[in-house]
Amino acid sequence: MNTQLPPLFKRGTSPLTRLVFFTLLSLLLFITDARLKYLETFRLSLSVVIYPLQKLATAPGLLLDRVSDFFATQSYLTNENASLKQQNLLNAAQLQRYQALEEENNRLRRLLNARDGFRGNATLAEILYSGRDLFSRRIVIDKGRQDDIKPGQAVVDDIGVIGQVTRAYPFVSEVTLITDKEQTVPVEVVRNGLRAVVFGAGESDELELRYMPVNVEIQTGDELVTSGIDGTYPYGLPVAVVSRIERNAAYAFARILCTPNAGVDRYRYVLVLSSQPQIPENPLTDQTPATRSKAKKARRGN
Amino acid sequence: MPTPAAQAQEFLLPVKTSFIVLTLAIAFFLNLLPWSGFGLLIRPDFVALTLVYWCIHWPRKVGIGTAWGTGLLLDVADATLLGEHAFAYSLLAYLSIMLRRRVLLFGLREQVWHILPVLLITQLAILLIKVYSGAVFIGWGYFLSSVIGSLLWPALSALLSMLLRLRPDSDQI
Repeated sequence: MNTQLPPLFKRGTSPLTRLVFFTLLSLLLFITDARLKYLETFRLSLSVVIYPLQKLATAPGLLLDRVSDFFATQSYLTNENASLKQQNLLNAAQLQRYQALEEENNRLRRLLNARDGFRGNATLAEILYSGRDLFSRRIVIDKGRQDDIKPGQAVVDDIGVIGQVTRAYPFVSEVTLITDKEQTVPVEVVRNGLRAVVFGAGESDELELRYMPVNVEIQTGDELVTSGIDGTYPYGLPVAVVSRIERNAAYAFARILCTPNAGVDRYRYVLVLSSQPQIPENPLTDQTPATRSKAKKARRGN
Repeated sequence: MPTPAAQAQEFLLPVKTSFIVLTLAIAFFLNLLPWSGFGLLIRPDFVALTLVYWCIHWPRKVGIGTAWGTGLLLDVADATLLGEHAFAYSLLAYLSIMLRRRVLLFGLREQVWHILPVLLITQLAILLIKVYSGAVFIGWGYFLSSVIGSLLWPALSALLSMLLRLRPDSDQI
């Protein structure tokens, strides 16, 4: 097999040298990935390599689901069918009312010469798996660039907002849940229209309203909906309900905890809202270097 | 339990690169299974264990470079910061290669005490990177994964060695 000298004395570079080399390489990657965001294409190409394995790894769970579906009892199915029919009727009635309202709303908006609100399509996606990183709250869904998913789109389920697409790969995309520590959602309180920003707390069912003065007009049980101010989330999607308020005059801000509405950790199917409302550029941030480089990147992308 | 001599014998068996790739792919698959909640917390890192095995038994075939590449793939799959697992796994490979002569002197059960610190240091490296990039420490339960992983070591090591012995072309030198 090996016709050369026995590799007894030939050891190549020492392990320590290699370790130092690869450590430096990793450091380089950290910095480029965390600060400069140049490695997205690299990440995309690697993701295609692992995609078959990722898909395969979800197979056992799916198989289990199929098997339990197959053995579902007749009475269960009949019950479910009945309740679904009822739900359908209710939905149909509500939909009619909704359509009428939408018509009316459009007419009024046109009268006011306002921009149209959110009217867009949504893509149904299935959750492939919840993220395996214990430190962040992310899920991976089975729709990607092939299905026109772009980073930044809002993801909702039938009750409310669950997160935002943060990375789109060719076949899958990664959704950061609103409970992630780094995720923020601009909201407003339904009862009095107070605007606020809700932050993820890193726990599975907790959100936090930060930077609200101690005497702020918020009560337990107040509903929070998206305010649509940043243009990422359309207006009026339910986000959370205020669950606990701690007002301590010793601190500058009140501690307000909320429970997310949507089944952030529960369902298998989600909707990715495919069109974002068009809003004009923010003139205040137009001159900062960050937006300029982003605009450059966008141009390069096209 | 194999004696040290038997293990030295085993070390001489040839191994095909495709077999190494296959075991790493299976370990990858096990890591990618939809673990969640407590299961995720105690999930042993199969990829790390497999890498340790190959680094100890076949340091010429699987070394720091391979570990680094595997870590990079895992970073993409887990959507973590690029280089996080890559760095931790190259450290893991380095430690395993440094310890391998010593580890091979012991029986499988005693080896656990060598594998445990190696896995713990790897997890600590990952933790430090996470905390540096803004995460909050999630509690000591985080290190359970290493404990479970090192307990799995004798089984995994025995299984891989057995498969190696089963290779039909093992007399092909």
